[in-house]
Amino acid sequence: MLLVNEKKVPFHPGMILADLVVGAQGGDADILLVNGYPATLQTVLADGDHCWLWTRGKAPSAEEMRHLLYARHSPGVQASLQEKVVGIMGLGGLGSLAAIALARMGIGSLLLVDYDVVEPTNLNRQQYFVEHIGQKKTAALRDILQRVNPHVSVTTIDRRLTEDDICVLFKDVHALVECFDDPAMKAAGLRAALHHLPGVFYVCASGLAGYGENNAIQTRRLYPGVYLVGDEVSGAAPGQGLMAARVGIAAHHQANQVVRLLLGAEKEAE
Amino acid sequence: MKVLCNGKAQEIAPGTRVADCLRELGLEASSVVVECDGKILTREEYGSHVLQDGSVLELIRFVGGG
Repeated sequence: MLLVNEKKVPFHPGMILADLVVGAQGGDADILLVNGYPATLQTVLADGDHCWLWTRGKAPSAEEMRHLLYARHSPGVQASLQEKVVGIMGLGGLGSLAAIALARMGIGSLLLVDYDVVEPTNLNRQQYFVEHIGQKKTAALRDILQRVNPHVSVTTIDRRLTEDDICVLFKDVHALVECFDDPAMKAAGLRAALHHLPGVFYVCASGLAGYGENNAIQTRRLYPGVYLVGDEVSGAAPGQGLMAARVGIAAHHQANQVVRLLLGAEKEAE
Repeated sequence: MKVLCNGKAQEIAPGTRVADCLRELGLEASSVVVECDGKILTREEYGSHVLQDGSVLELIRFVGGG
């Protein structure tokens, strides 16, 4: 059996993708994917393949959109990620980008917490737009995420977190991403996680300012299920500002680490 | 007496508390997570926990930026 645009289609030995195109899309499909990877009309199919056929420029229905968003992911990944809840503490350069990456990858639910508003000085590295200036970051990021992937459930809390809050608010998430700016809150977050959030994967960050070496940003395992991203020395300081690219490297380390943990890719290290 | 701090031997005076040790190392206590002899300390314990000879400290230091 094949899965063609999420519908079951009988498989026959020797089938090629061209055999499906006529039936599924009236013969004009020009975006062809097999198991998340671009294919051609001549691609030979195997039993169990997941195929996506789409006509460039065609407007999808809501249901088609939901599937097409993830058509380039490996089969099976989506079903797992859409069951997961991820919390993000701090919606600045790290948090806004990590949230967008996680939404694009199809995490089912995001719990986003920040107390601040979008300022012009944020736009050098944070994912907001000029029209968001003056809005709460929680509201602005919700707006962006809905435009990226309307199928992600987004819950926001507009609040300045304390160590005690973290223990309570995030006890039911699968993974928690620490994206604070303030080093005291970074430490508080890790203490809270280690003391009170057993079973919650935790990915924090330290050392991502400036334009230092790309590969100095690393993901280091601190404890089982607890990881630290960054070069651990480059703090934001006079003469060493926070810049989009390096903050982005770190944010994507965090997002990918969350996905690795949620999909069980770190089981051996754990 | 000596403690082991992130793998390095550190000479300290008897009665030294964790907060004193962090100060001597030039670290801002609020931005450091302290594991002492396998236990993560609460923020309150930094000022009360007295280090013993041979104590093993793991310090996770955070710098700002996010």
